[in-house]
Amino acid sequence: MSSQSTTEQGAQSPLMAYLKAHMREYGLLFALIAIMVFFQIVTGGTLMRPVNITNLFLQNSYIIIMALGMLIVIVAGHIDLSVGSVMGFVGAFAAVMIVDWGLPVPLAVVISLLLGTVVGAAQGYWVAYWKIPSFIVTLAGMLVFRGLSLWLLQGQSIGPFPPTFQLLSTGFVPDILPRSATEGLAALFGARNFNVLAMGVGIVASAAIVWMGLRARARNAAYGIELEPSNFFWARNAIVIGGLLFLTFKLSTFRGLPNVAVTMGVLIIIYSFLTQNTVIGRRIYALGGNEKAAKLSGIKTERLTFLAFVNMGFLAALAGLIFAARLNTATPKAGFSLELDVIAAVFIGGASMSGGSGKIVGAVVGAFIMGVMNNGMSIMGIGIDYQQVIKGLVLLAAVIFDVYNKQKQG
Amino acid sequence: MTVLLEMRDITKEFPGVKALDRVNLSVAQGEIHAICGENGAGKSTLMKVLSGVYPVGSYDGEIHYDGALAEFKTLSDSESRGIVIIHQELALVPQLSIAENIFLGNERAKSGVMQWQETFSRTVDLLAKVGLRDAPGTLVDKIGVGKQQLVEIAKALSKHVKLLILDEPTAALQENDSRKLLDLMLELKAQGVTCIIISHKLGEVRYVADTVTVIRDGMTVSRLDAKGLSEDAIVRDMVGRDMSARYPERPRVAGEMVMEVEGWNVWHPDHAERQVIKNISMNVRAGEVVGIAGVMGSGRTELAMSVFGKSWGRNISGTLKVHGTPVDVSKVDRAIDAGLAYVTEDRKSLGLILDETIRFNTTLAHLEGVSSKGVLREAEETEVAERYRTALATRTPSVMQKVGNLSGGNQQKVVLAKWLFTEPEVLILDEPTRGIDVGAKYEIYSIINDLSAQGKAVVMISSEMPELLGMCDRIYVMNEGAFVGELDAREATQERIMSLIVTE
Repeated sequence: MSSQSTTEQGAQSPLMAYLKAHMREYGLLFALIAIMVFFQIVTGGTLMRPVNITNLFLQNSYIIIMALGMLIVIVAGHIDLSVGSVMGFVGAFAAVMIVDWGLPVPLAVVISLLLGTVVGAAQGYWVAYWKIPSFIVTLAGMLVFRGLSLWLLQGQSIGPFPPTFQLLSTGFVPDILPRSATEGLAALFGARNFNVLAMGVGIVASAAIVWMGLRARARNAAYGIELEPSNFFWARNAIVIGGLLFLTFKLSTFRGLPNVAVTMGVLIIIYSFLTQNTVIGRRIYALGGNEKAAKLSGIKTERLTFLAFVNMGFLAALAGLIFAARLNTATPKAGFSLELDVIAAVFIGGASMSGGSGKIVGAVVGAFIMGVMNNGMSIMGIGIDYQQVIKGLVLLAAVIFDVYNKQKQG
Repeated sequence: MTVLLEMRDITKEFPGVKALDRVNLSVAQGEIHAICGENGAGKSTLMKVLSGVYPVGSYDGEIHYDGALAEFKTLSDSESRGIVIIHQELALVPQLSIAENIFLGNERAKSGVMQWQETFSRTVDLLAKVGLRDAPGTLVDKIGVGKQQLVEIAKALSKHVKLLILDEPTAALQENDSRKLLDLMLELKAQGVTCIIISHKLGEVRYVADTVTVIRDGMTVSRLDAKGLSEDAIVRDMVGRDMSARYPERPRVAGEMVMEVEGWNVWHPDHAERQVIKNISMNVRAGEVVGIAGVMGSGRTELAMSVFGKSWGRNISGTLKVHGTPVDVSKVDRAIDAGLAYVTEDRKSLGLILDETIRFNTTLAHLEGVSSKGVLREAEETEVAERYRTALATRTPSVMQKVGNLSGGNQQKVVLAKWLFTEPEVLILDEPTRGIDVGAKYEIYSIINDLSAQGKAVVMISSEMPELLGMCDRIYVMNEGAFVGELDAREATQERIMSLIVTE
């Protein structure tokens, strides 16, 4: 008698039925917008000022970068509690190499990324091939690498870094046009300068989003797959593109595209493609959805699990470098309890604790929701005590909303 | 005979669906009453109405029980009147002992302190009644499924059961455990307990039942006296049409040799000294359907899984040839490359990703076929999924449907589609029709016949002997990890197979 409960929605309009079935995706987008509007109002417009938007990118880039890897780990059915410590450890090691030993920056960056990868491999090995629960292995890793960074730094901060290293985080992509050529535009918008490259990237990206969306729709229509109603499609795209153009416009009236935003954007595109359009991505979802069935379908489940942790280690190392470059110093506290922000972002973004579901876009939006709240509450001068409480409640609410939706769909 | 239970004109509606439509059921005191019907006919819903899971008021009609109008609001209301249901999925806690399970929720205690003496001694008495001699302190996960079923019955007896309802009690049991259970039912009947049994297995129904009620599409179709009743008569009422041929016809062709297994030995993964598969050799030709008969625990699944990428066991030795050349089957992906496909016994936990779509599941074992350089070609993937949906007549609105929402028969078709897409030479089917209703079984059989007509070699493992006799060309008989005989299906009978198993 299990397959007979789906006819319930017959009485509702198809639009409402569709909205209900996809509440999670729309809900996330609306939540982000609502939070941004709310903080824009209560901070008296500070949130959306060009300098603050630039800051938002700089402050959240390392969380978003780690959330990309964490999403994959969580989809594969695991968790990584060590990322905050690994990130601090790699940052500390980079500082030792660059500041104390005087290694050239590019070499130190490569060694640091390799170090993160090795750390990821070391943890992934026990999880994948020895079937030791990832919670335990990475809890151990969290303690070990926190301890190692304390030992490396001898409890002190190391810095400052040479300017080339700082560029990783605080640098901006130079504009394609000389300053003199854009003065007219700057005057038009009443800004001190105008970065054509940043605006151009926004416009090109917007066009690409619409074009790819339309192509996917045409393809689905050809195969009789349920389509998003067209007014929903256009409304959603209008919101996304509007937001994107707004953000890039703000960036272009400040200093243009931060280097780190470019790194982040490229990684988001790569990982979205990897998870949604490649064989390896598909297999990770299968592994998290039902490990035994995946294995009996010829999927090398151990190797995939291992790779998920290797990848996580690499991204944690990258985040560690960016974080150190931003602070211009490596401190023993770097990355402390950041793993919780990263994991929270992934779950707010709709991933399931039991594995097998969740999307990169969701994790990114989840990280932005956390980031905007952090930033907005700090501007408002809300104490760290209340901030923690509010963030905790938002995480809980997001997951309850998820479970509630699932139950209603039966 | 007095009537113990009378359910009159029971109608139960779910939004948009009428699950039960004026169903009548009358059970006499002291009889065993069988309820038969296809999956989804309404049997389980009827039992939920009876036991108070659907409380009075949520359905129409009347229930008279033990001489009075019964209006159960909860499960415990019906239990307090002596109605106990034992569900298909056992409700025992594996980490607790037999005694603790029997008195779970009904603990022998004084002011909250367990009275272990009383608990254990009463457990021993109850276990004796169901023919078990295990120590009451044994953990439930240390005993087999057959014994667990008996513990459930002992638990029911501890509640002074008057009407015992068994929902598919033998679905997970092997032949002799089933027999024991059925004999226990007859014994309980002699002691005055009335039983209702819901079962797909018509042989069992004929063995124990006094009366049979057949339900189809939420309506009572017939109430039959079990004496002298033929299985075909029950099947006819269940499916609403004459099923003279339960197994579709297939011409016998044995082409060239496809798969040969020689000297296959496997040891238990956890108990290194236990040899589970003992020197087995077998072969299958193109166009042949070869059966493996044997009781549960004889090593059939272990054999199949050890052949398929060494997915089970350790110290595996022996050779496997496909088309005369030895192949490497040491990993699942290598076995697939060698042309093997294995449809698992348990499709929900081993065969499918239930949260994903039909398309996702269909291509999972052969993603290379819908990708280039590791990038998926979505359009082609959809095309493949559609092709198999049409070919296997999977009933679903679209291939983007989650497989978790499909019925058992349609899920099995998705599993078959997944393996057909790997274009195997040899298909190993482990209990391909388990838990599937009669109509869908016939469709699965037809698909198997189509495959053999295409020249595939098929190995079929099944606990249902009539199925093997009806479908196979040859049958290997397996017992305790070794082949004890090989029969031509034309000469084989259920008795000959059983005698081979028993005499070894």
